[in-house]
Amino acid sequence: MAKSIVKALDGAQSVANAMRQINPDVVAAYPITPQTAVVQNFSQYVADGVVDTEFVTVESEHAAMSACIGASAAGGRVMTATASAGLALMWEVVYVAASMRLPIVMSVVNRALSAPLNIHCDHSDSMGARDAGWIQIYGETAQEVYDNTLQAVRIAEHPDLLVPVMSMQDGFITGHGVERVELLDDAEAKKFIGTYKPKHSLLDVDNPATYGAWDFYDFYFEHKRQQTDALSKAMPVIVQVGEEYGKLTGRKYGIFDPYEMDDAEIAIVVLSSTAGTARTVVKALRQKGIKIGLIKPRVFRPFPAREFVEALEGVKAVAVLDRSISFGAMEGAGPLFLELCAALYAYGNGRGPLVVDYIFGLGGRDVIPAYIEQAAQDILHIAETGERGDLVRYLGLRE
Amino acid sequence: MAIKLKELAGKREERLVPGHRLCAGCAESVIIRQIVNAIEEPIVIATATGCTEVATSVFPWTSWRVPWIHSAFENAATTAAGAEAMYRSLVRQGKIEDKNIKFLAIGGDGATYDIGLQWISGTFERGHKVIYICLNNEAYMNTGIQRSSATPLGAHTTTSPAGTVIPGKQQWRKPLTRIMAAHDIPYVAQASPHRWRDLMGKAQKAVAADGPAFINVISPCPRGWRHDSSMSIEVAKMAVETCYWPLYEVRNGTEWTLNYKPKKKRPVTDWLKMQGRFRHLFTPQFEYVLDELQAKVDEEWERLLALCGE
Amino acid sequence: MPNLEATWKEASPGGVVYEAGNSVGYITGGWRSFRPIRDMKQCTHCMICWVYCPDSAVVVKDGKVVGFDYDHCKGCGICAQECPVKVKEPHEYTGQMGKVIQMVPETEFEGW
Repeated sequence: MAKSIVKALDGAQSVANAMRQINPDVVAAYPITPQTAVVQNFSQYVADGVVDTEFVTVESEHAAMSACIGASAAGGRVMTATASAGLALMWEVVYVAASMRLPIVMSVVNRALSAPLNIHCDHSDSMGARDAGWIQIYGETAQEVYDNTLQAVRIAEHPDLLVPVMSMQDGFITGHGVERVELLDDAEAKKFIGTYKPKHSLLDVDNPATYGAWDFYDFYFEHKRQQTDALSKAMPVIVQVGEEYGKLTGRKYGIFDPYEMDDAEIAIVVLSSTAGTARTVVKALRQKGIKIGLIKPRVFRPFPAREFVEALEGVKAVAVLDRSISFGAMEGAGPLFLELCAALYAYGNGRGPLVVDYIFGLGGRDVIPAYIEQAAQDILHIAETGERGDLVRYLGLRE
Repeated sequence: MAIKLKELAGKREERLVPGHRLCAGCAESVIIRQIVNAIEEPIVIATATGCTEVATSVFPWTSWRVPWIHSAFENAATTAAGAEAMYRSLVRQGKIEDKNIKFLAIGGDGATYDIGLQWISGTFERGHKVIYICLNNEAYMNTGIQRSSATPLGAHTTTSPAGTVIPGKQQWRKPLTRIMAAHDIPYVAQASPHRWRDLMGKAQKAVAADGPAFINVISPCPRGWRHDSSMSIEVAKMAVETCYWPLYEVRNGTEWTLNYKPKKKRPVTDWLKMQGRFRHLFTPQFEYVLDELQAKVDEEWERLLALCGE
Repeated sequence: MPNLEATWKEASPGGVVYEAGNSVGYITGGWRSFRPIRDMKQCTHCMICWVYCPDSAVVVKDGKVVGFDYDHCKGCGICAQECPVKVKEPHEYTGQMGKVIQMVPETEFEGW
């Protein structure tokens, strides 16, 4: 196992440290709470000559992604960071980055979308971009976010993929929360990242190419199909990179983080930092003899549909916790619930658990163990009676 | 550096080759050809969505023999800036050879005056060595002739049509070249394709300025301005002869130089009457607009003369 | 020549075109209603037509104009309009006086 150094860092500093070790050729970023600390920390590295990065302090998030596109096409490593309204503002070019097949890595510090204006954590920003063609990975802790950022570069640049990667963490909760983080030794991190060798570049003046050509209706469809093809190859790459990283650090990464799932009869499915809270609830309930488990998905795009169905084999009832609403979806459900249900329908062979959705934590509303315990009791009841009841419920909402 | 056509023509392969889909007589490609042929160094071009972009890059065809990128409508400047930043980074780190590449961003007036103003401003403020060329055909032509802030007073466009009550566009036009000059960047200029030596020289000067640069070029549009396709150069010439489109340069926001002063300043109607988009102004009901236009042109001309110390 | 029927597996990903300047393979000459004809004997090779042609359709070799690229000339007429040289003898094709370059209806030519 590689050397490492232990530090007390918050999520933002963890990302900044990963960026320091990655030493991207260009970073173009714009401040927005709660991502600002990522870029602030990184700026200090630039100012101290610790990195070789050309740091472009753009005038908006749309400009940030635009500059990233130009820089990435010019054949180097490019990173950026944003949140919430910033991600929303760059929506147009987020799609462009993915469809131009540019391996940009973006740290997204999850924050609610307006209106009303809210600077706190929920997943409406990254969930809103789930169809953009990016790989989406969620990190529960500052440690995971650090680890995910390093792996994201390897995943994005894989020659079979060339798909940009969004690496999420919960705003304020993880972003501003100080934890014990193990950083890889700089040289080891550098070796793991490797060098980026693009097959072609905008700067190749001897072999000029045209990037971002205009498609009529006779080619657009084919180009989109290619994107699906690339994303279909992403999961094995994510797994392989995660295993390699595991050998290096002792911290293995895959698609899920399952907890007490082996003989679970009921399960909670939740992304990101709330999984930590859920884990304590599951542990406590297990001590009471309840056969409950937890699945924390790490990868949301591509959606691990088959893997989910397999992991939920034998489970009778599932509580999905969604930190965003897909407005207008059936009964106001959230995206994780919707995709999981689709997966169970597609691959479940008519079997599979009863699933209910709990919307929680919007706009940074705190979620306490008692809420999750309530959800656990609900699904225990559903498992026992076979009666699903309300499809979509709320945790922590004043009703 | 003296520009001799005989030395430039056929000297190296055309950087913008035929087979693009621009309208017959479109001045945009005339302007681009003059610029890219005048520049010696290797270039990378970022282009905003618009006539030139769609006509020259119909997948799987391309008319470009230089590295070229399009990403979106408003961000040609920033896309070029990103590439330029990467270039500097990679050269500085010794990862690539320094081939003295120059970065151009090209956009129409819609992309430049309106939707992309912020992106250009930011790029210039940060000092990226990007030369921004505005192909000014005074409307959103690619989407079928809609008004932009570059459209002159009284012009008919589909979103500022000449009607029975309202005679075309109600606002004068945004003084964009002055706004760019106010960024105090090394080189800003206005040019016209009819004075090719001036335009080509300006392209070379923009390169030599070795910093952010901006050239606003009037680009007659046979389709949108309603004139014969053969007249594009003549219409550009008359715009300059009437002082509607003066040719000048500004260095660092402070040194203003007039490049051409017509021996005899012609009335702006000489230019207006060449184009169908102003036809409705030559009626008793709306001829007052002609006076307003002349007053505006004169006001700006006088102001420019004063700035240039003429 | 690019493959216009490429399947999704064959098409270049991300809309990148690696064959620089391949649009020369796309014929725009069919757009014309008129074509420019140059009196080669009286042309002074001043290159004004070259600098004003929107379609790079004035072919120049070794400092001399050798002809028009009729595969791509769209017949806009700018070259004829801007040509600064008046013929001293009647134009070798049209027999008219006027400029060295004159526009002639496309119907007079093969393939119409």
